[in-house]
Amino acid sequence: MPSVGVEMTGWLLRRLLQALLVVVAMTLIVFIGLHAIGNPIDILIGEDMNQQERLAAIARLGLDQPLWRQYLAFVDGALHGSLGRSFVYQEDAVRLILQRLPATMELAFAALLMAIVVGVPLGLFAGMKPEHPVSRTLMATSIVGFSLPAFWVALMLIMVFSVQLGWLPASGRGETRALFGVQWSWLTLDGLQHLLLPAFNLALFKISLVLRLTRAGVREVLPQDFVKFARAKGLSPTRVMLMHVMRNTMIPLVTVLGLELGATIAYAVVTETIFAWPGAGKLILDSINSLDRPVVVAYLMVVVVIFVTLNLIVDLLYKLLDPRVRLEGAR
Amino acid sequence: MSGVSMAKTYDERSIWWRVAADFLHSRIAVGGLVVLGIVVLAALLAPWITPQNPYDLLQLDVLDARLPPGSHSSEGGYTYWLGTDGQGRDLYSAIIYGLRISLTVGVGSALIAAVIGTLVGLVAAYAGGKVDALLMRLVDLLLSFPTILMALMILAYVGKGVGNVMLTLVLLEWAYYARTARGQALVEARREYVDAAQGQGIPRWRILTGHILPNCLPPLLVIGALQIARAITLEATLSFLGLGVPITEPSLGLLISNGYQYLLSNEYWISFFPGVALLAAIVAINLVGDQLRDVLNPRLQK
Repeated sequence: MPSVGVEMTGWLLRRLLQALLVVVAMTLIVFIGLHAIGNPIDILIGEDMNQQERLAAIARLGLDQPLWRQYLAFVDGALHGSLGRSFVYQEDAVRLILQRLPATMELAFAALLMAIVVGVPLGLFAGMKPEHPVSRTLMATSIVGFSLPAFWVALMLIMVFSVQLGWLPASGRGETRALFGVQWSWLTLDGLQHLLLPAFNLALFKISLVLRLTRAGVREVLPQDFVKFARAKGLSPTRVMLMHVMRNTMIPLVTVLGLELGATIAYAVVTETIFAWPGAGKLILDSINSLDRPVVVAYLMVVVVIFVTLNLIVDLLYKLLDPRVRLEGAR
Repeated sequence: MSGVSMAKTYDERSIWWRVAADFLHSRIAVGGLVVLGIVVLAALLAPWITPQNPYDLLQLDVLDARLPPGSHSSEGGYTYWLGTDGQGRDLYSAIIYGLRISLTVGVGSALIAAVIGTLVGLVAAYAGGKVDALLMRLVDLLLSFPTILMALMILAYVGKGVGNVMLTLVLLEWAYYARTARGQALVEARREYVDAAQGQGIPRWRILTGHILPNCLPPLLVIGALQIARAITLEATLSFLGLGVPITEPSLGLLISNGYQYLLSNEYWISFFPGVALLAAIVAINLVGDQLRDVLNPRLQK
């Protein structure tokens, strides 16, 4: 069907353009906004400098240029993957972020994995037996899971598992091992132990979310004709569950989790700060506090790009996975 | 004439009676309401039910710092039932005062955002066309990014402080109300009573404010309840990260943050009790909000 292909290409182009517009809008907002942060000259240049040294430092940092010129330089730099040097670390800001990003990604993926492994089975159970006391308890607990402030849970996890029981370490990444030129914690036992608490902290909200989504999906699919038909055909309950119920529950789950990954990376700021996890989130908080503008800008831009890309991929997957959406697009 | 208005008030009253009766059906929601009542009352009556003003540095005794729960003050004046923090503050007093700040910031920002957002939503629905499209794209842009990311960005612009945290919350929250108000207004605009009012020659803006707006209120109320809980959590998180309230007047988030450094030496109470208070407030509001949604949503009514 060539018309479907043409439709898809048109849709993809529109969607790409939309994504690009969002990124451009964000560069404008980020850039103009950050100029209201205060005067970086006063903070970065020591008071003991004389007038001549001050001017030289201002010129070196490009802070004497008019705003629009600084913005153009910024966009030009952004296209070349360089958004200025960190005032504090004296290093390329984007490179600084990218160096820290794998640690954040590792944490986010571990949290996501934990949410699926714990949330899906519990959600399936709650969906199959909604009146069971365990299911009711699960649903009530998930409200608490939504309400718990993540930073407080983190402290309580440290309190119980690190201070009282002494089972798990409370800070850092532990021993790392290199893979594809990047250091990872999950490749060593010590690293895994360090990963467990922060990942669980980040996963708690998502476990509740996955549980509720899976339960809602099962409840929606179970009374439908194709499930009844599959049962009537004499398929075993496990097979009905895996082949028919699970498959139809997965579509909304994949969509929401795809979008959640971006949010998880952003929310890692809190978890990383508490567990002293050396990722991008901890870096951005330190940079906001020290008014290290290029790093803040670089972080925001990198996360926005990741976020927009994730949205795009999820949209595309959704279109490919769900035949109803696909046909609607072809019409 | 008076007969008509009588009938109207009777009718409205019966609707709210039914909502209240439905609400009371869920025991867990009633429990939430009771906890919420206690929390609000405690925050309102703070100066009268606490032994100490935790923001008055003259009343603090550094010798009493980090005492475990149940200790007596060195002056012998009173018992620190929940212990003291690093500055010698009575934690019970600090929590009640902290609740005050958390609730003020949460409710205040939610109310301001509700007014602004509803106005924007109604304007978008009323104007339609390009204005509507522009406003809704802005809403989409705001809502598509994680709250914490936007909050960090805005706070990076405007700096720390209670006022700025409230500003941040308003800037983030209005979009939820705008989207809901617009959607609901567009649904209501197609109802027969709007046709009838138009037939009577009532001006459009009067129909909007007098007829459509009141019918948009139930869903906005639900959003409002859940947004207050979100706002309180976010304020606590930002204060915890050191971007919120000043250290001299700690909110719950900052109290928890201050306790963090003592946690490792097993002095758990400084972080633990403020967290329990925060959790109680948030869970209570969420339970009430959830039940409101079920009660007010006509599709779920049997």
